[in-house]
Amino acid sequence: MLDDKDRIFTNIYGLDDTGIKGAKRRGDWDGTKKLLSLGRDKIVETVKASGLRGRGGAGFSTGMKWSFMPKEIGERPHYLVINADEGEPGTCKDREIMRHDPHKLIEGALIASFAIGAHAAYCYIRGEFFREAEALERAVQEAYDSGLIGADSSGSGYKFDFYVHRGMGAYICGEESALIESLEGKKGQPRMKPPFPANVGLYGCPTTVNNVESIAVVPTILRRGASWFAGIGRPNNLGTKLFNISGHVNQPCTVEEEMGIPLRELIDKHAGGVRGGWDNLLAVIPGGASVPVIPKSICDDVLMDFDSLREVQSGLGTAAVMVMDTSTDLVRAITRLSAFYKHESCGQCTPCREGTGWMWRMMERIARGNAAVHEIDTLEEVTRQVEGHTICALGDAAAWPIQGLIRHFRADMEKKIADARADDPRAA
Amino acid sequence: MTDKIEFAFNATNARQAKKHIAKYPDGWQSSAVMPLLDLAQRQNDGWLSQSAMDYIARMLDMPPIRVYEVATFYTMYNLKPVGKHHVQVCTNLPCWLRGSDNIADACKRALGVEFGQTTDDGLFTLSEVECLGACVNAPMIQVDDDYYEDLDSGSVEKILSELKAGRTPTPGSQGGRHTCEPAGGLTSLLHQAELKSNKVGDA
Repeated sequence: MLDDKDRIFTNIYGLDDTGIKGAKRRGDWDGTKKLLSLGRDKIVETVKASGLRGRGGAGFSTGMKWSFMPKEIGERPHYLVINADEGEPGTCKDREIMRHDPHKLIEGALIASFAIGAHAAYCYIRGEFFREAEALERAVQEAYDSGLIGADSSGSGYKFDFYVHRGMGAYICGEESALIESLEGKKGQPRMKPPFPANVGLYGCPTTVNNVESIAVVPTILRRGASWFAGIGRPNNLGTKLFNISGHVNQPCTVEEEMGIPLRELIDKHAGGVRGGWDNLLAVIPGGASVPVIPKSICDDVLMDFDSLREVQSGLGTAAVMVMDTSTDLVRAITRLSAFYKHESCGQCTPCREGTGWMWRMMERIARGNAAVHEIDTLEEVTRQVEGHTICALGDAAAWPIQGLIRHFRADMEKKIADARADDPRAA
Repeated sequence: MTDKIEFAFNATNARQAKKHIAKYPDGWQSSAVMPLLDLAQRQNDGWLSQSAMDYIARMLDMPPIRVYEVATFYTMYNLKPVGKHHVQVCTNLPCWLRGSDNIADACKRALGVEFGQTTDDGLFTLSEVECLGACVNAPMIQVDDDYYEDLDSGSVEKILSELKAGRTPTPGSQGGRHTCEPAGGLTSLLHQAELKSNKVGDA
């Protein structure tokens, strides 16, 4: 278990002062000028060496992403865009950073912007987080008033502006190119890649898009050193991570833990255990709605990190752990997620626009038992036709939960169909 | 969408609009379309009329169709009148696992409407929404700009009756915890236990 002294988010529950005084007392904005004086290359190198992988779900090296930005700043300005469009079902970690530890995000944004040669950062926060946006705006104003950001950020001579931009309710805007489109005042529909944002991003300019948590951990990594962060977790899965544990646990909560913590330990130590005890566990979706469900037999000893979860054909995603006990109608649960993806498809690519509807309607019928057993194979085939055939990963995200269900719980789906037949007087 | 009443920002919102536009580079004022539509909706009793959208199109020098595209794409823009309070029930998986069906039923019973409907007195519109991102505090609802979390049927009924009486119930957890910490006591940041006991005492 992670020691308190190794936690980055020391006010994640908002028990301490969330304003600048409290933030400074907890170590934020301490020697920021000195951190900037390391220079662009050294900052990028340090973040690379820390092993930090993006906390928004995909797990791409943050330092590597920064290094894709042009070295020289040409006619086009560079931008940092912070993805705070937290909407992946199960996920509620960035919310806590923005309302309880916002100065970590603002200081991180200054450092990251400096490292990629940007003088402005736009933080795109989901519209429903109105109070969180207010909290963040308050902190931004405090940072301006104290000279920590602005024309001469923290006395470094570097000009930096931080802007908060609220979304208005579209899950797809969490996809980085859809987010950029939305920020430009358009419908949030993903762009074809290449070109990647590092070459052509916001306003056609070089842009890096990072998740809130990825940015907010940067100042602490620089202060304590890459080797400190890299000393936590497992090889290639380093550092600390915010986990959200929801569903059928005794004490749902958000907690910062080390990467690679066993799932069972995470649930037992922090969430008060599975309702009715570990043996009452049915399945867990370990990383937000988009990753495949894993049955109890895998949950028994799986580790919570990118590579361990990939090995069991699931994923760490956003580290949003949704726990389901044996009372759960799992087919119904996955059907709910299918309805979600149908609702959130932006409609741009045919396989996703049509496929999410097909998949949801088939799931609805199977959940009611109004289907033939061979249709489970048809459904599986449809998921394969959607997966990998769309501009962005929403199609994949809609396909994977169903594939996970069929992989591990096909018997439950067949039972639904058999039970409905048995109840149907016409089938006698 | 087809009202005849001309829309224009009041003085406060006109100033706000200018501030929003100033956030974006010259020539990219269309970036402000989302915050401006939100401002307009707030001024216009919670919904966007066509004249409001046209007004913003003129203000930002955008073709009106581009503004309509935005207004119809994002779910938080209401294109027809809504009640004074917008009650939004999350029914996505983490809330469903913790009993959002009961919360939805309690809302429907207390307000006498189904999802997508507005009460006769115009006080409430009830909506079903996707994940609102407060999953460890499930089940939860959003009323206007505030989240009400850790709900059960009783607490929902109480919240709605407070609103009916013209009062604003205290947002956040209705289950007695501060925010997203484990309800039974801290398992990390143990030095904050004292802060917690003070805060809970204040609540």
